[in-house]
Amino acid sequence: MNFELDEDIKVLKRHVRDFIQNEVEKVAMQIEEENKIPGHIVEMSKEMGLFGLSIPEEYGGLGIGMVGKCALYEEIGATHNGYTTLIGAHTGIGTVGIVEMGNETQKQKYLPDMAAGNKIGAFALTEPDAGSNATNLKTTAVKKGDTYMLNGTKHYITNATEADIFTVMAVTDPSKGAKGITSFIIEKDFPGFHVGAVEKKMGLRGSHSAEIIMDNCEVPIENVLSGEGQGYVNALKILTNGRAGLAARNLGSCQKLLDLSVMYAKERIQFQVPIIEHQAVAHMLAEMAVEIEALRSFTYRVAWMVDEGQTVIKEAAMLKLYGSEVYNRVADKALQIHGGIGYISDYPIERFYRDARITRIYEGTSEIQKNIISGQLTKEYA
Amino acid sequence: MNIVVLLKRTFDTEEKISIANGQVQEEGAEFIINPYDEYGVEEAIRLRDNHGGEVTVVSVGGEEAEKQLRTALAMGADKAVLINTEDDLDEGDQFTTAKILTSYLTDKNADIILAGNVAIDGGSGQVGPRVAEGLGIPYVTTITQIEVNGKAVSITRDVEGDSESIQTSLPVLVTCQQGLNEPRYPSLPGIMKAKKKPLEEIELDDLDLDEEDVRAKIKTLDIYLPPQKAAGRLLEGDISAQVDELVGLLRNEAKVI
Repeated sequence: MNFELDEDIKVLKRHVRDFIQNEVEKVAMQIEEENKIPGHIVEMSKEMGLFGLSIPEEYGGLGIGMVGKCALYEEIGATHNGYTTLIGAHTGIGTVGIVEMGNETQKQKYLPDMAAGNKIGAFALTEPDAGSNATNLKTTAVKKGDTYMLNGTKHYITNATEADIFTVMAVTDPSKGAKGITSFIIEKDFPGFHVGAVEKKMGLRGSHSAEIIMDNCEVPIENVLSGEGQGYVNALKILTNGRAGLAARNLGSCQKLLDLSVMYAKERIQFQVPIIEHQAVAHMLAEMAVEIEALRSFTYRVAWMVDEGQTVIKEAAMLKLYGSEVYNRVADKALQIHGGIGYISDYPIERFYRDARITRIYEGTSEIQKNIISGQLTKEYA
Repeated sequence: MNIVVLLKRTFDTEEKISIANGQVQEEGAEFIINPYDEYGVEEAIRLRDNHGGEVTVVSVGGEEAEKQLRTALAMGADKAVLINTEDDLDEGDQFTTAKILTSYLTDKNADIILAGNVAIDGGSGQVGPRVAEGLGIPYVTTITQIEVNGKAVSITRDVEGDSESIQTSLPVLVTCQQGLNEPRYPSLPGIMKAKKKPLEEIELDDLDLDEEDVRAKIKTLDIYLPPQKAAGRLLEGDISAQVDELVGLLRNEAKVI
């Protein structure tokens, strides 16, 4: 058993940390105020190759395994989560469909631009009536000659306003339920494709979620992702694969909160001593540190299983659940330790606290993860 | 254009320095390319991209300096040379480093050699100029701008609170000052590709030097941390009283006026 990261990955990780802590952290407050990632940060991220970290080398990406990706996601999580989401959703659910299920032509057509960050990817499954009940899709796709005609509305689509390439699920055969769903690669310029209202959110400022509307949207048949009827299976695969990465991003945010909390607790004097010397505070820090360390071990174990080609349906669900819940508990304790200043927007704690909340909801709620886990347990003990 | 950058591995600027047994403790510390040398690497890459040629980064040091050389390769340098003195030398000074670099560079016909203005550890600022002297080529220190046109070189350099314009010609050695450029972050694919770029490792033997030729001329008697700064003092009262008090303190206590 070896818990050491490869030397290559350590080097990549160190350079990503330098960039995140020196450049992105500097504009974190600005992102929050302006609800926008500054253009120069996006440009520098492109030049660094961050948009390509989940794409194979032959298509212009970095070509590293899941353990390596998680090591980098951990660094990318240690800053403003709006920025984290721009990179994370693109390199996760936004590109994974084409990377894993795309045919050679699709990969060659789309991945090099996505690796360079010139085209941003988004994943569009959720609809007003199909959230956790993801098979209840209303968006339809009707085949007409060489094209499919798509009609319907998706909402809460992360990065929709920035994205150029969407992986969209639509119903091709309503009589088949989950097996009647097909996934399509849609370019934002396809006729009949529109980005609708942008949502105002509790957090994740700088990352925009919006409606997408397909009104007789024409999609060529070569843009079907791995065959008609494969859409729901594809969606599950894309989400499963994304889960280790999401946990790693949460891990990075947790570590950042622990760093800030320990530093603050050593500086803040109350009752003539730094508050870290008050046991109630010290114990909160200890509890945060334990959970973070457990999350770290679990994240890299699941990432390693992915690299080994093992099936991780249950473990990925456990990790998504655990990572999100730990992030929320850590953010809550960080805020408690900081007290009043933690609640003030001049300081980053309340921002992490708000941003943490969505992690228990998106990419499968905590409750859905428990359904998956218990479903797998039922099978194991059959 | 044949461009050479002299590069030193130094402590990360954010490390806390601790001393034990008269030595700066390196254990657990992060190391980086000396920031002034990093300006040199960036400028070298830009010069190459504009004028063609090749960028070679050279470091004198131990095995560990390979990491910083690889970073320079990841930024875009073409090849690296590590002059490994780990087995030959226990200690060295600016003379040692300059002598070794001069020997290495003598037959390399570099058009431009870029060095840092100073290293953030020793801070002597001597190695660059000494190498130029050794090679018998002109040098310009603390540069903030450089343009090459054929053999002609126009340089702007920092001088106490002002800048100076200098015309010189190739070959030349320059030392780089803050403001020259904003060094790029190495790209992640660049880091992976840097593993395959050539990194030559040589020793004193390969330069026909032995320990005696490069023996340090400086003996370090003691190393100690600067005294801790006392807390500042806040003056109170109305402005004119504060000014009177400040003038009094500057005159009688600080004795600077």
